[in-house]
Amino acid sequence: MSLFSRAIQKISTGLSRTRQRFLGGLGSLLTGRKVDAELLDELEATLIQADLGVHSAVKICDDLRAAAKDGRIAKGEEVIDFLKNELKTYWPESDRSISYAESGPTVILVAGINGAGKTTSIAKLAYQFHSEGKRVLLAACDTFRAAAQEQLTIWANRIGCEIITGSEKADPAAVAFDAVSAAKARDVDVLLIDTAGRLHTQDHLMRELTKIRDVVRKQLPAAPHEVLLVLDATTGQNAINQAKAFLAAIEATGIFLAKLDGSAKGGIVVAIRNEVNLPVKFIGLGEGYDDVEPFDPETFVEALFA
Amino acid sequence: MFESLTNKFNDVFRKMSGRGRINEANVRESMQEVRTALLEADVHYDVVRKFCDDIVEIALGTEVIESLRPGELMIKIVHDEMVKLMGPADGQIYYVKPGPTVIMMAGLQGSGKTTTCGKLAKFMQKGDRRVLLTACDLQRPAAVDQLEIVAGQVGAEFFKTEGETNPVKVARKAVTHARSTGVDVVVIDTAGRLHVDEEMMKQAEDIAKATNPHQIFLVCDAMTGQDAVNSAREFNERLELDGVILSKFDSDARGGAALSVKAVTGKPIKFMGVGETFDALEEFHPDRMAGRILGMGDVVSLVEKAQETFDVEEQEKMQAKMAKGEFTLTDFLKQMRQMTKMGPLKSIMKMMPGMGGQNEMLDSIKGDEVGRMEAIINSMTKAERNEPGMIDIHRRRRIARGSGTKPEDVSGLVKSFTQMANMMKQMAGMGVRERMAFAKQMASPGGMGAMASGGMGKVKGSTKMGKVNKRKLKQKNKRKKRRR
Repeated sequence: MSLFSRAIQKISTGLSRTRQRFLGGLGSLLTGRKVDAELLDELEATLIQADLGVHSAVKICDDLRAAAKDGRIAKGEEVIDFLKNELKTYWPESDRSISYAESGPTVILVAGINGAGKTTSIAKLAYQFHSEGKRVLLAACDTFRAAAQEQLTIWANRIGCEIITGSEKADPAAVAFDAVSAAKARDVDVLLIDTAGRLHTQDHLMRELTKIRDVVRKQLPAAPHEVLLVLDATTGQNAINQAKAFLAAIEATGIFLAKLDGSAKGGIVVAIRNEVNLPVKFIGLGEGYDDVEPFDPETFVEALFA
Repeated sequence: MFESLTNKFNDVFRKMSGRGRINEANVRESMQEVRTALLEADVHYDVVRKFCDDIVEIALGTEVIESLRPGELMIKIVHDEMVKLMGPADGQIYYVKPGPTVIMMAGLQGSGKTTTCGKLAKFMQKGDRRVLLTACDLQRPAAVDQLEIVAGQVGAEFFKTEGETNPVKVARKAVTHARSTGVDVVVIDTAGRLHVDEEMMKQAEDIAKATNPHQIFLVCDAMTGQDAVNSAREFNERLELDGVILSKFDSDARGGAALSVKAVTGKPIKFMGVGETFDALEEFHPDRMAGRILGMGDVVSLVEKAQETFDVEEQEKMQAKMAKGEFTLTDFLKQMRQMTKMGPLKSIMKMMPGMGGQNEMLDSIKGDEVGRMEAIINSMTKAERNEPGMIDIHRRRRIARGSGTKPEDVSGLVKSFTQMANMMKQMAGMGVRERMAFAKQMASPGGMGAMASGGMGKVKGSTKMGKVNKRKLKQKNKRKKRRR
């Protein structure tokens, strides 16, 4: 019960903070103004500073310009609704949900570059599933980085879910194999597989990731049911290359956008959607295991200008 | 990117030629491409704007239009200004006497502080210094364990206070401990924190106040986007940074964050992390960085890397073999192995001028090519390696089975080896001048050949390249004389 009320409080303070920043930022930029060249320039600057990239920012501003030209929008205040509608079509409801296994364990493979926030994000997802009453198993396949398995074990204990670890420097694919066997045997609902951080340019490490995926698939043909790429919200244009590489190696199905509680806007996900068509599923907003929310395009648009 | 920049500049100036003087509008138009290039490299919007304005002013003051190649000259101006902005190079750690020198690390979550602590320790230990690492990240689960393991791996000393929950106290005790045990340097690793988290920023200030670090470094992820300026500015205001260490530089990020961070903090970029191992820490080179942001490639690094990796004597032997047409598959494998010692093929290619923007082409280079070639060659008999011509369909099948490849892969390898061997034989027979011409012909327009031929002779990087080339030519000449 106390947890529940805390969550509500968290969401409402979070929202009011967003709202205030939103009114302060975009409000002053848009209120009482005509949609003209000057305003569009300022909007373009804002979008670029939110890491949307030149290409995506220009594309959106072109759409706005066209809308202004044929009278669909005229006042500054209308811009925000226009953007919301436009960006909502980027992320339809359907691809924001998790695809569960029809029967047996749902396997979620989580990957990303070093320091993106994979382990913390997994803890958040585990907590989410756990509090929905699902039986959760974690697989600590980061056998490379010092104390990575310990880090996930601490989370597992805090949340109260099970975990499979391997010996240090063990083959991560072997740990994944054990984890899937255990998931099947113990009849768990969700298996979350943590992997070592790797730069997308390291071919051998990307191949290792493919191998983990293949091992999982061999044991459970429909698995992994979700492959999440954890992306640091502060990442710039390089995130497009990351998305491409993880898509190629393990057919990523969605993005977990971590560290969105800073001042970075994570606008790169717009460019990623444009270029490689990878949807955002979750956002991370802090270091606690309950600091996770499903991605909401409307709030995202508001936050872009906050 | 580099090519498209140069072309854009040349286009604009070509249109102007015959119309007399260069004016601000012309230069501004030509700068549009630079602006896009910088933004795509993640340089902050405001920094880009100021930078472009400055360039326009400088360009107006120079005789850009008089130049035979105004495009190249403009690139040079842009490049030089960028180097100025990011420099001067300062890869020094300042040690105090008597010790211990106290160094504090700070940064956002996941920027790479703990790994960088290990790298820095390894770097400083080179001078026979005793380094102590201490973990003040009591936030993230198992962060203390991680640093302890890292310390063990690099052979540094480690300090922790069991049961202490206040990082300020841990830091203070660590420095006291360092003083009493006589270590030379103590490195304080801190928890990752958001620059907007008031409580955590206050804590960082408190750690700094309690320990009086001689140097405070901000660890900044090279892949950071526009927000890099916000976090760097805040950290600098709170902690008075002494320098910045760019991490994860071995990625394919163009690294515009370097320019942004330097521009807003004014603090030097000291080092960059370039790999997973603890010795993968390099001094920051503004000129190479400028080249990378502009997509000009990094020829100097490439040549240095090659010189580090390749054994000169071995190379001479190979040359002689090539000249006589005795180059075998075994030699070929040796060469390939040396190549891969320089790093993954893709990252080597990326350092070539003109290759920076060719993402698709780079994507097509598979890193496992070399491994596969190695497997194939290893599955051949000695006779087959010396005389690939003898490999018939039966042998081909056996080799494919042995190496886990397809027979087509085997014949593909033999074919490209034969082509290469022929080409080398041809080249070895040429004089130095002919060979240069041949190499230039092989390089794409505007590629390595064009750079070396002096198109941009005044850019620092390529001057060095010129020297290296000369040195190489001298070596080759010597070798030729010896052969005669």
